[in-house]
Amino acid sequence: MTLDDILVSLFPDGHEVRNDDGIIAGAATLRSGGKMLVIGVANRTALGVDEAIRLSGLVLESIGRDSGPILVLVDSDSQRMSKRDELLGLNEFLAHLAKVLIHADMHGRPTIGLLYGHSAAGALLATGLATRVLVGLPGAEPAVMDLPSMAKVTKLSMAALVEKAKSTPVFAPGLSNLEQMGAVHMTWSDSRPLAEQLEALLADMPVVQDRRGALGKERGGRLKAADIAERVRDLALQTR
Amino acid sequence: MEDLSFRHPARARADGIRRSAIVGVVASGNLEVLVERVLPDAECAVEIKTAAVGFGEVWSAVIEDFVERYSPGGLKFSINDGGARPDTVSLRLAQAVRLIAESGQ
Amino acid sequence: MTAPIEDVTPAERARGTSFYEASARTRLELLLDAGSLIEFIGPEQREVSPHLETFDLPEQFDDGIVVGHGRLDGTPVFVAAQEGRFMGGAFGEVHGAKLTGLLHAARQIGSIPVLILFDTGGVRLQEANAGELAIAEIMRAMIEARAAGVKVIGLIGGRSGCYGGGGLIAGCCSALAVSEPGRIAVSGPEVIETNRGVEEFDSRDRALVWRTMGGKHRRLLGAADIFAEDTVQDFREAALELLGLLGPVGTFGLDRLKAEHERLADRLRRFGACEDAIDIWTAEGVAHAATVPELPADQFIALANRIGRTSRDAR
Repeated sequence: MTLDDILVSLFPDGHEVRNDDGIIAGAATLRSGGKMLVIGVANRTALGVDEAIRLSGLVLESIGRDSGPILVLVDSDSQRMSKRDELLGLNEFLAHLAKVLIHADMHGRPTIGLLYGHSAAGALLATGLATRVLVGLPGAEPAVMDLPSMAKVTKLSMAALVEKAKSTPVFAPGLSNLEQMGAVHMTWSDSRPLAEQLEALLADMPVVQDRRGALGKERGGRLKAADIAERVRDLALQTR
Repeated sequence: MEDLSFRHPARARADGIRRSAIVGVVASGNLEVLVERVLPDAECAVEIKTAAVGFGEVWSAVIEDFVERYSPGGLKFSINDGGARPDTVSLRLAQAVRLIAESGQ
Repeated sequence: MTAPIEDVTPAERARGTSFYEASARTRLELLLDAGSLIEFIGPEQREVSPHLETFDLPEQFDDGIVVGHGRLDGTPVFVAAQEGRFMGGAFGEVHGAKLTGLLHAARQIGSIPVLILFDTGGVRLQEANAGELAIAEIMRAMIEARAAGVKVIGLIGGRSGCYGGGGLIAGCCSALAVSEPGRIAVSGPEVIETNRGVEEFDSRDRALVWRTMGGKHRRLLGAADIFAEDTVQDFREAALELLGLLGPVGTFGLDRLKAEHERLADRLRRFGACEDAIDIWTAEGVAHAATVPELPADQFIALANRIGRTSRDAR
């Protein structure tokens, strides 16, 4: 599905969402009649300091002015890899975007991420992974790192990596791996209207607490994380 | 990876009252040694997981020397090895015995 | 052969120990009040990574991170220290979960600060998805803890720097202290060079790497709040100073986010067209900017304090 297809399918009652050089922004009308802020990254654009400050500004402006949920559409590259972006402190700009989204989610503006294309690494952390619920569309190809780069760093052949990836979802790119790990909560169908799937999710949003550790354990992708975190938490609570 | 396991009688109980100590880091050419006071006074054991395969005899010799020199009775040494040289292994084992003998925690 | 027992105070020992050279556990033992460290899920628990074996890689009993509780001048603190020499200090499933759990406890208690000694290249590739998720969960847990009033201080000065997702976590802290060897960035120098070519970034030009990502630049840019010398004692003092300066309550909220937005937008306006750190430092009013890398620590600290760029209410 193209971005336009997705927007029309999500918001048959109308939307003012624009794609401005890879930055998605605008308001959309929900079936219920309420409004939703839509932001995001399109056309596999890299997320650099300029993009990050624009996106966070859009959310900050909306806080206090608007109400309703926020949708973060994602088809990005990784973070922008450049001397300039690092020189200017890209880590802070990406963290700022994540913080703004997390703050919104904690204060009455539930956030939904919708992965419809690519995303990777730092860009994914600042967008999709900073939402309360991350949804995937068929065909989305999120990655932490691409396999060729991984092969280079781990000094394993691509063939060996591909073979290993058959028996574990822990490192290879892909929507189903991230779903199994608990990062992606659900995948929507592209053969049913997206509006009804969005409506169903909004009517039944999970609580604001981060449930990804529990999801990863339930689905078998991360068998240790939730338990280790709970044990450390309990030990820490006892120590005070 | 290769797993190795050694058990030796020891002439004397290792000094100190601490129950455990740890030295080293797992990295290329380095190793970590976790030492625990969990065995009877006249025994010691060394369990190794090593990234360098096929050096069983070298490990055996290094450990035999170490046990002879330090008599670490009552101690179990658990090692994660990133391919350290024998002298580094000896150093870490000695550091471990000294650390578990230190007063404090 | 026994060496004479020296009568060294803890402070003297900490002052004589390079933060960069020390292991994670040693950093904590010397930074905290003597004997106060209580470690959670320490190495004797043997909670190793479940994923490294398939790659025929050695494990570390603590999976490369020490988490626990201690005291700093009597004040209770939660602490986490990454071991930068094990798998580059990278975040794996267990490694990350230890920090996530610590932050959950901090959120629940509300009054105990958290010190994080970063030393990381980012996500551990062999567990890429688990590592990335751990970082996302840590960021969320940290913001929730800060919203509950918890102060989170980051200390950066180790061999692996603070890269990748670690850089994003650092950007979520209440305040940061960094030393000269410390580096903070998202993409590493080699990755930028591989992706964009050596003209974009020569990863073997150490001076360039440090001007772009190193402790002195981050301090002058306002991306870090305190510049520390490379001793454990200096990092201890930096942590104490930051805890004191952050005031009675961390108060993370909308005002702070708006202030940060303005701080970052202002940085882009002033320096967005600068080609190199030297241009940024010059624009900030540093005379003889090219000599900054050679400035000894005390002179640099004086200079940085004069320039006045701190971010504590806007971070």
